[in-house]
Amino acid sequence: MTATAEAPAKAGAVPSMTVTLKILRFDPDGLDGREPGSEYWEEFTVEAHATDRVLDALHKIKWDIDGTLAFRRSCAHGVCGSDAMRINARNRLACKTLLKDLNPARPITVEPIKGLPVEKDLIVDMEPFFASYREIMPFLMTSGPTPERERLQSPEDRAKFDDTTKCILCAACTTSCPVFWTDGQYFGPQAIVGAHRFIFDSRDEGEWDRLEILNDKAGVWKCRTAFNCTEACPRGIEVTKAISEVKRALTTGTV
Amino acid sequence: MSPATTLYRGHEGMWMWVVHRTTGIAIFFFLLVHVLDTALVRVSPEAYNEVIGSYKTPLYAIIEAGLVAAIALHAFNGLRVIAVDRSTWALRHQRQLVWAVWIGFAILMLGFLPRHLMHAFGGA
Ligand code: HEM
Ligand code: SF4
Ligand code: FES
Repeated sequence: MTATAEAPAKAGAVPSMTVTLKILRFDPDGLDGREPGSEYWEEFTVEAHATDRVLDALHKIKWDIDGTLAFRRSCAHGVCGSDAMRINARNRLACKTLLKDLNPARPITVEPIKGLPVEKDLIVDMEPFFASYREIMPFLMTSGPTPERERLQSPEDRAKFDDTTKCILCAACTTSCPVFWTDGQYFGPQAIVGAHRFIFDSRDEGEWDRLEILNDKAGVWKCRTAFNCTEACPRGIEVTKAISEVKRALTTGTV
Repeated sequence: MSPATTLYRGHEGMWMWVVHRTTGIAIFFFLLVHVLDTALVRVSPEAYNEVIGSYKTPLYAIIEAGLVAAIALHAFNGLRVIAVDRSTWALRHQRQLVWAVWIGFAILMLGFLPRHLMHAFGGA
C-alpha cells in the first residue's frame, strides 16, 4: 500500500486546547488597590497541549500573564512533594495531573490545600504539618554499639513497611482529612505513615516510643476511616491501611 | 469576606462518615428527649400521659420512622467501620461494603415501613 498524501498529521504533533483555570488567590500585601489579606477567585485562559499538566498551565500563567501568582514546585516530576494543591476539589500534585484528564471544557478550579494557613495564593505554611512529622521521631532508633556493617533484614521484614517508605511529604493526605480540617491538633495521616515506616522496621527499636505518641488523644484514634487520604495520595500509599495497622498494634500490644 | 471554596469531592468513605456522624448525633438527641419525657412520669403522670399521647399522632409516626432509619443506617455502617478496622479485606473493599450497607438498609426499611405506617395511619 502506498502512503496517502492528503492532510498528513505532522508526526508527533500534539493536539492543543484552550483551558481556563479558576484560581483561589490570597493577597497578603494588598497589591493593585486590594485590601491586604483579600481572597478572591481569578480566571486565566491559556493554550495548552494535551500532554500538559496543571503545573504547565500554572507556569504559563506565571511566566506570561501574571507574575504575581505564587505557588511552590521544585522537581516537576512527582518526587519532591512541593506542589500538592486542591484541583477540581480534590488534593493532587499539579505536576502529576494532566489537563486532559480534568474535563478541560469547564474551568479547572485550583485552590491551596485546606487546613494549613495560607501565605500567598497556593502557598501554605507547612510548618504545623512538619511539626507533626517531627513529633513521631522519623529517624532510626537503636540501642547498643553501631555495627561494623549494614543492619541486615529479611525481604519479608522489609516488605512490612515497604508501602510507607514511598511518602514524599506532600501533605495531600493530611489536608484531605475531614478530621484534620476541624481539629488542627490531630497529627494527621502523614505523621502516622511516617511513624509506620519505623514502627514496622525490624531494625528499629523505638516502636513503643512512637506508638505511645500515637496513642495520644491527638493521635491515631482520631481517624474516622473516611479514606480521603488513601484516595489523595499521589504515591498510591494505602494510608488508611497503615493507620489501621498502627491501631491494631496498639490494641493487640504486638508489632 | 472570603469567597466560597469548593466542597471537597471525597468518595463513598467520606460521605458515609458524614452520614455516620449525622445519624449518631440525631439518635443521641432523640434519645435524650425521650429519656427526659419518660422521666416525666415520676414528676407528673398527667403531663406524662399528655406527652406520650402525642406520640400517637401521624406527625410523630413519621419522626419515629426517621429514627428507625437513622438507627438502621448508623448500625449497618457501624458494622462496616468495625470490619474496615479489623480486616484488610474489608479495608480494601470498603466501597463495595458501602453498597452492602445501603442494600441492608433498604431491605430493612422495606420490611418495616409498610407495617409501621399501616399501624400509624390505618387507624388500628
Ligand atoms: C445500633 C448499634 C450501634 C452501632 C453498631 C454503632 C456503631 C458505631 C461505631 C462503630 C462508631 C465509630 C465510628 C468511627 O469510628 O468512625 C460509632 C460512632 C458514633 N455513634 Fe454509634 N453505634 C450504634 C448506636 C448508636 C446510638 C444509639 C447512638 C446515639 C446515642 C450512637 C451515636 C454515635 C455517635 C454520636 C458517634 C460518633 C460519630 C463520629 O465521631 O463521627 N450510636 N457508632
Ligand atoms: S502519604 Fe502520600 S499523600 Fe501523604 S504526604 Fe506522603 S506521599 Fe503525600
Ligand atoms: S513539583 Fe515536585 S512533586 Fe510536583
